[in-house]
Amino acid sequence: MLTNKAEVIKRLQQDILHLQGFKSKNSEENLLGLGPVEAAFPNGIFATGAIHEFVSDGSEETAATFGFVSGVLSRLMTDARPCIWVCPSRSLFPLALKKFNIEPEKIIFIETATDAESLWVMEEALKCDGIAVVVGEISRVSFSQSRRLQLAVEKSKVTGMLLRSFKAQNIIAGIAKWHISPLPGLSPDGFPGVGFPQWKVDLVKVRNGKPGCWKVAWMREGFVVQEMVQAGEKIELISMNNEELEERAIKKELEQEKVRYKVS
Amino acid sequence: MAKRYIAIWFRHLLTDWYVRKHPDCGDSPLVFSSNQRGRQLIVATSKKAENTGIYKGMAVADARALFPDLTVVAYPPDQELNLLSALGQWCIRYSPVVAIDPPDGLFIDASGCAHLWGGEQNYLTEILLKLKAYGYDVRGAMADTIGTAWAVSRYSSDTMIITGGLERKALRPLPPAALRLDDALLTKLQQLGFHRIEDFIHLPLNALKRRFGQGFILRLKQALGAEREDIIPIGVAPVYEERLSSLDPIKTAKAITIALTKLLEVMCLKLQQEGKGIRTATLVCYRIDDQVVQLTIGTNGASNNSSHLLKLFELKIPSLAPGPGIDLFILQASLVEDVVAAQEKIWSAKGSADNNITKLLDRIESKIGAGNVKRYQVVEHYWPELSVQVMRGGNLSVKMMSEGNPLVKVMREGNLTVKMMSEGNPLVKVMREGNHQQVSTPRPEKLLPAPLPIEVTAPIPDYPPMLFRFLGRLHEIKKADGPERIEREWWVDDGEHRDYYIVEDTAGRRYWIFRLGHYAVDKSQWFIHGFFA
Repeated sequence: MLTNKAEVIKRLQQDILHLQGFKSKNSEENLLGLGPVEAAFPNGIFATGAIHEFVSDGSEETAATFGFVSGVLSRLMTDARPCIWVCPSRSLFPLALKKFNIEPEKIIFIETATDAESLWVMEEALKCDGIAVVVGEISRVSFSQSRRLQLAVEKSKVTGMLLRSFKAQNIIAGIAKWHISPLPGLSPDGFPGVGFPQWKVDLVKVRNGKPGCWKVAWMREGFVVQEMVQAGEKIELISMNNEELEERAIKKELEQEKVRYKVS
Repeated sequence: MAKRYIAIWFRHLLTDWYVRKHPDCGDSPLVFSSNQRGRQLIVATSKKAENTGIYKGMAVADARALFPDLTVVAYPPDQELNLLSALGQWCIRYSPVVAIDPPDGLFIDASGCAHLWGGEQNYLTEILLKLKAYGYDVRGAMADTIGTAWAVSRYSSDTMIITGGLERKALRPLPPAALRLDDALLTKLQQLGFHRIEDFIHLPLNALKRRFGQGFILRLKQALGAEREDIIPIGVAPVYEERLSSLDPIKTAKAITIALTKLLEVMCLKLQQEGKGIRTATLVCYRIDDQVVQLTIGTNGASNNSSHLLKLFELKIPSLAPGPGIDLFILQASLVEDVVAAQEKIWSAKGSADNNITKLLDRIESKIGAGNVKRYQVVEHYWPELSVQVMRGGNLSVKMMSEGNPLVKVMREGNLTVKMMSEGNPLVKVMREGNHQQVSTPRPEKLLPAPLPIEVTAPIPDYPPMLFRFLGRLHEIKKADGPERIEREWWVDDGEHRDYYIVEDTAGRRYWIFRLGHYAVDKSQWFIHGFFA
């Protein structure tokens, strides 16, 4: 059906650039390589300088959340700015960061004794403008405490991520709420083995945006996003090869761009 | 003006020190022993041991035979030097010029000091009494020359203060050993029948010189004041201390902050002029009810920025109890280092951002305690528990600044401070950084601190299990990667190797499990060690 895939991809990418107009020069677009997920945010840009909330239940989901967050971090921690990770005791294994092309040295872990201390450290860190991202594993956060964090980031434009337990489900101030859970790994070509890590990324809540649910995988250099298939529908993507996947993602992006620009 | 010197003799320096440190060691005779050419010899004795006839140089076995209850303590090498310099530092309160005289003495240059204590007698008595109160058996003498003071302190029993010009008279009844001569000369004098200094002090110097040598003449002249003798005063560490007293007692946090600001401004100005910065500082507050309260802060890098230091202190002011009020503040910088502020900009255009981070980390450390701020680096261990290691947060700036420019990196690495050197050979480190791909196999996002045992059903050797039970839940394994065999590092510890598998269950949850050792029917031990994203 396609004579030269590479050429087609190139053309499609050119189309996107055209649609984006001068905005394409601004790398803020598609900052994370998360395509449709980012499109769910207002103006289609992943919100930096805001508080994102991640909920997870159990070690498996925590690990999945770590994976997704690391992927996001690798895109946000450019120009040698470090990341601060506040936690009661470190459970992220620094060597895993290499998978996401992050040098373990660039993450500063701060181990705190109480939630109050964690919140204090997080707020101070969020006020500091030399930092890319502040991640806080804090189980209990009240609304007013989260508001303080939100106020801090609004000034400094540092991105804050709160990793919370699924159980503590009070509402907090923040731009988005995510729920990451593991999905069977993505193996292009039906290659045996576990394959690339894949998650169900559930954007439960996003201020002024469109919440949604996607399948996101991490493949060496970046994210690969697919629409979540309805239950019962056959998962046909497993048999696709890498290029087709990429092409498909780009096509989808293209459609969305078109929709967006028609609307505006 | 004539010089006045005091010589202090600690008769049982080491044993007195030991008794002072171990008040419960009992009152049996005490000796220090050291291994010399395969024999345990006594190197120091207590007064009591001396009285029972034990002397220095005696074999410990002989002394034990003489006195079975003897307490023998291993001699800590160079302990007397450490002790003497500490005592010397203490004596600086009496005179600015104090020198140590190993193995058991101190010299104090008392010129122009005695009148402050109301005369020489009071001065000397005061020093000796204080030292005696600490438990040291001391003797001291004062004279115009170091030699005479030394001789009188060791060998004279009557007057301890020799008035200027009377050295000759004071020396006359003393034995030749009082002139600080070596053993060979002393034996020679003994053989010639010179038992006292008066026996030869009137002889012409030329004759003495011919027979006993230049050294002998020098010592004699030094004791009599005809030859100059210098002492090397012990250095005093410069003290960075500022004090501020207030007329009315201070109680409020605001007032304390104001006092602190003033102190810090003065101190920082001084430090800036000397190119130094504070690493550790203490604010000592004297309350009017004679209580002392204090605050201590530490920084990640030497700082002489008063507003930054103030911020660190401000975090702790609420923990200060002013009680009825504080009337004296003393700010002490106990650890001061050279500041490298000027260079920071050369290394990095984003110097200010790095600065902000360092300051942020300082604030965090002073609030939650140093040691809770950690960074991890990959080390050359394949064993998962050992494969990362904590880097001190204090190295932050150096590391961060060098990023980006490889040339700068190598230069910085070659230029490391002593602290970083101790972490390992910098060369090795550079090589290692070039070699970052050493662990290319995936590692789990969440590693358990210790592996937990699981129950598995494994069909055939060297195959991943079909299912495993962890925390009461059964996981059916759908896909697996592995095995990755990780051997024990035999130079670190011993035990069996691990065969790791990355497994995924039907729900898509990924785990890191391993079998300890080789496959054995019904006997294989399986563990879970981590969770993959």
